[in-house]
Amino acid sequence: MIIVNNDFEPKLVGFLCRWCSYQGADLAGTSRIEYPPNLIPIRVMCSGRVDPSFVMKAYSEGADGVLIFGCHPGDCHYKEGNYKTIRRYSMMKKLLGEFGIEDERFRLEWVSAAEGEKFTEVVKDATEKIKKLGPLNWKEVLEV
Amino acid sequence: MVSIVLDGKKIDVEEGTTILKVARDMGIDIPTLCYHEMIKPYNACRLCIVEVTSNGRTTITASCSTEVEDGMVVKTDSLSVINVRKMVAELLLARAPSVEKIREIAAKLGIEESRFVEEKEQRCILCGLCVRACEEIVGVNAISFVNRGPEREVSTPFKVESDVCIGCGACEYFCPTEAIKIEDIKGRKVLHDYLYLGPTKAIRVPFLQAIPNVPVIDVNYCIHFKTDNCKLCEKLCESDAINHDMKDEYEEVDVGAAILTTGYELFDSLKIPEYGYGKYPNVINGLQFEHLCHASGPTGGKILLENGSEPQQVAIIHCVGSRDKNYKSYCSRVCCMYAMKFAHLVHEKTNAHIYEFYIDIRSFGKGYEEFYNRMLSEGVTFIRGKVAEVNDGALTPEEEGKLIVRCEDTLVGIVRRIPVDMVVLCPAVISRNDSEEVAKLFGLTLSADGFFREQHPKLGPISTDSDGIFIAGACQGPKDIPDSVAQGAGAAGGVLSLGDYYSVEPIYSVIDDKLCAGCKICISVCPYDAITFNEEENVSEIQEMLCKGCGACVAACPGGVARQNGFQDEQIFAEIEGVLI
Ligand code: FES
Ligand code: FES
Repeated sequence: MIIVNNDFEPKLVGFLCRWCSYQGADLAGTSRIEYPPNLIPIRVMCSGRVDPSFVMKAYSEGADGVLIFGCHPGDCHYKEGNYKTIRRYSMMKKLLGEFGIEDERFRLEWVSAAEGEKFTEVVKDATEKIKKLGPLNWKEVLEV
Repeated sequence: MVSIVLDGKKIDVEEGTTILKVARDMGIDIPTLCYHEMIKPYNACRLCIVEVTSNGRTTITASCSTEVEDGMVVKTDSLSVINVRKMVAELLLARAPSVEKIREIAAKLGIEESRFVEEKEQRCILCGLCVRACEEIVGVNAISFVNRGPEREVSTPFKVESDVCIGCGACEYFCPTEAIKIEDIKGRKVLHDYLYLGPTKAIRVPFLQAIPNVPVIDVNYCIHFKTDNCKLCEKLCESDAINHDMKDEYEEVDVGAAILTTGYELFDSLKIPEYGYGKYPNVINGLQFEHLCHASGPTGGKILLENGSEPQQVAIIHCVGSRDKNYKSYCSRVCCMYAMKFAHLVHEKTNAHIYEFYIDIRSFGKGYEEFYNRMLSEGVTFIRGKVAEVNDGALTPEEEGKLIVRCEDTLVGIVRRIPVDMVVLCPAVISRNDSEEVAKLFGLTLSADGFFREQHPKLGPISTDSDGIFIAGACQGPKDIPDSVAQGAGAAGGVLSLGDYYSVEPIYSVIDDKLCAGCKICISVCPYDAITFNEEENVSEIQEMLCKGCGACVAACPGGVARQNGFQDEQIFAEIEGVLI
């Protein structure tokens, strides 16, 4: 039986590259677009800076989902950082799958500095989907 | 040098000169029809005849082709010359009585009516200038003489449409009697496609006050680039400034900074077919109106309709494609003010009544609101409402032949039909279609509306995310001239203040040489070649000057030895812990 807890508010951690996605999120803010407060952004210089250990750390600290945001392919401020992210992402995806972490809980998204709207869409979508999945509870499991 | 006697005067002239040239240089008037200085003489019209005595023999001969000889005695107005010339003129007049130029020449010789009658009146006098121009100058031989005797005429082979004709119009240009007319059939244009308000030449100064103010050759229209011939301009240019072999050249220049000022494009009004742009000739856009008003424009600055008459009513439509969810949702900023300037120009130059159709008037700048008030007092009718349609369907006799502007007047709450003669559209200012490519090239990003994005809307309005790349003008967003100038000056100042030193961001990466195992993975991921390998110590080293601080090496380092200032693993871990409490 699936128990859907409607009061459950998932905690999402987002790693946003400083040049595109962080500015996109900034734009969402300055344009006063409303979106769920569930995602907490962490700024990195480039999506290529996201070490797999950051993602693991986030889950182990109690995140229900992790999102990596980067510039669109070809637009990375450091030329090719996001290509490295793509490769690292698919590797991690497999690994997390082995741990039983659902697809929806780990996403890589391209958001440009102009796409404030898209940023909020992604956050909305991720929040909704993870709400349906329910809490991950890794922190509790690890503490036991 | 040879010496001749011309009309009783002894003169020395250059060998090889024709009598006609010598006489004209001396100010003697000899009529000609089939002669043009750029084309070989052909002796067809015989109007230029003179009396020449040389080696004791006197003859009447055509001066346009006869070269001077030593001891020649030439008379240009002896009785027999005049008599023969009169006869020639009379015969020409009989053939082509309606040609103004022939009437003039005949009148000068005292002939008003010809004694001869030709059955069929013509304009062509078979002088062959067109045929020779097509052969010698254009070099395509599209036309020539056909048939013989009374049947002789100028035509294309077998009188069918010529497929070698390039439509240059040289035949029309050289024809002395206006017997040839160039028409635009099958889209073989003699006009400029983008300056369709009037024909221009293939060599011209691009516009008044062009910088540099020199003529350019339009290779798409120049005859030389089509047939390898002509080069008339080169022959005529006294200072030898024309060189048809010039090619576009690409030069590589090393610079330390760049300012992008690539400007904007105009929204294509064809995308809003309701406004009749491209369908009704008197619906024009703002740039075309500017061209029309310009003192060096096709009408010399007069505001005229397509049929050459002055408009009685002019409608100016704001926000064509801008502030419109279907096209561009932003405001183009400059249109309100230039639309009012247009109104002022129309008011100044014509007696037309002017209607401005606006959504909101945005007279935001210094002195702008005052100008708006002035327009109100000049009698311009401002109608608040977005125009629904421009058509030509008249319902009443007053609307006959007019363009009808249909619009809801939101201040009165009624739908209006306003008949006008001319409609000026103010299309949205949009980003250039290659802005994405240019942005990629310089490592910039675009805003949602497609314009280059500045580093910060308030704190970095001229700099960009790429060091040393500045932006100014409408490539950053719709902007009027004062704002563009200010931004341009700011960008220049930004470049000048860069100085001869290089500042690095504090966020760069470092490698702890005590812990580095020398695996070189970091070297393979660095996009800037900022990491070198120290063979002696067997460690990788980062050059702070080259490092841009992306952190790729830090994420890739298997030993956690590479660290990024400001973004150390521990710092990010702490952040994660912090946000997930
Ligand atoms: S800088 Fe945005 S992904 Fe690299
Ligand atoms: S001008 Fe000399 S013959 Fe026509």
